Amino acid sequence: MAKLTIEDLKKIRENARKATSLRSGEVTVKITVHMGTCGIAAGARECMNALLEELAQTDRQDIRIMNAGCMGMCSSEPNVTVELEGQPPVIYQHMDGNKTRQVFKRHVLKGEVQTDFALARIKET
Amino acid sequence: MRELSLHILDVIENSLAAGATLIHISIVDDADQNMLGITIKDNGKGIEKSSIKKVLDPFFTTRTTRRIGLGLSLFRDAAERCGGRFSITSKKNEGTEIVATFERDHIDRAPLGDSAGTLLSLVVGNPFVDFTYTHEIAGSSFFLDTRQIKKELEGVPVSHPDVVKWLGDTIRQGLVTLTDTNG
Repeated sequence: MAKLTIEDLKKIRENARKATSLRSGEVTVKITVHMGTCGIAAGARECMNALLEELAQTDRQDIRIMNAGCMGMCSSEPNVTVELEGQPPVIYQHMDGNKTRQVFKRHVLKGEVQTDFALARIKET
Repeated sequence: MRELSLHILDVIENSLAAGATLIHISIVDDADQNMLGITIKDNGKGIEKSSIKKVLDPFFTTRTTRRIGLGLSLFRDAAERCGGRFSITSKKNEGTEIVATFERDHIDRAPLGDSAGTLLSLVVGNPFVDFTYTHEIAGSSFFLDTRQIKKELEGVPVSHPDVVKWLGDTIRQGLVTLTDTNG
């Protein structure tokens, strides 16, 4: 594999500029991986890495993957929260790399909530 | 934690909660001195002098979701269990530095593990925070500074799929080269 260099970043920058339509960097999907000590010990980093690998294979610039701290439900960690624009956030529990990939491919990319893995859907108040 | 790189991830979550915008990670893997050292330095809001001893108590935490804060006490225990040392220095409104050392060949010393995965998670998951990462093994080193990367990107976000791929490949390749030649 050719050695990657800073030059590649220049190419990425140029391609990103050409490809960017009039979209101004809006975010339509927010994925949160909970990384408290509980989540990390339970395997949250593997979920995060799976998401990053899946993201790198798309061309979606509107997906944000974020870290957050513990939300207090330590026994269901790793937890991953997926929020599609205009839809209630869904908290997934007991996640691992494979389940995370499935959620990305089916929920994030196709809008199909994976109810088998879900802990809760956050109700709008 | 099963890997020391998970402790690094955990401590940095503290730095982020403290509002850090620049975090330095340094790993020194010295077989000659039989020492593995991990240093994490941030520019967050720091720890009050009166709390510095308390932060190592698992029943002390500044967060509100739970009454337990395990991260630092687990990391300290890991270091001391391996014949190493653990220190926290902090100045209010300037930042905090955590240093953990381990006897490299100690039977209980967990592997460093997937530090590339840790770094990638942090960089992409926290696009408004900068990180420097220095990893030294036997005189060779791998260095990354997200400020340089973001300067080259000129506004393209680190969450752009091509950048995520570049970062993942660069970090993993860099660390493989480092460990293969010096492992």
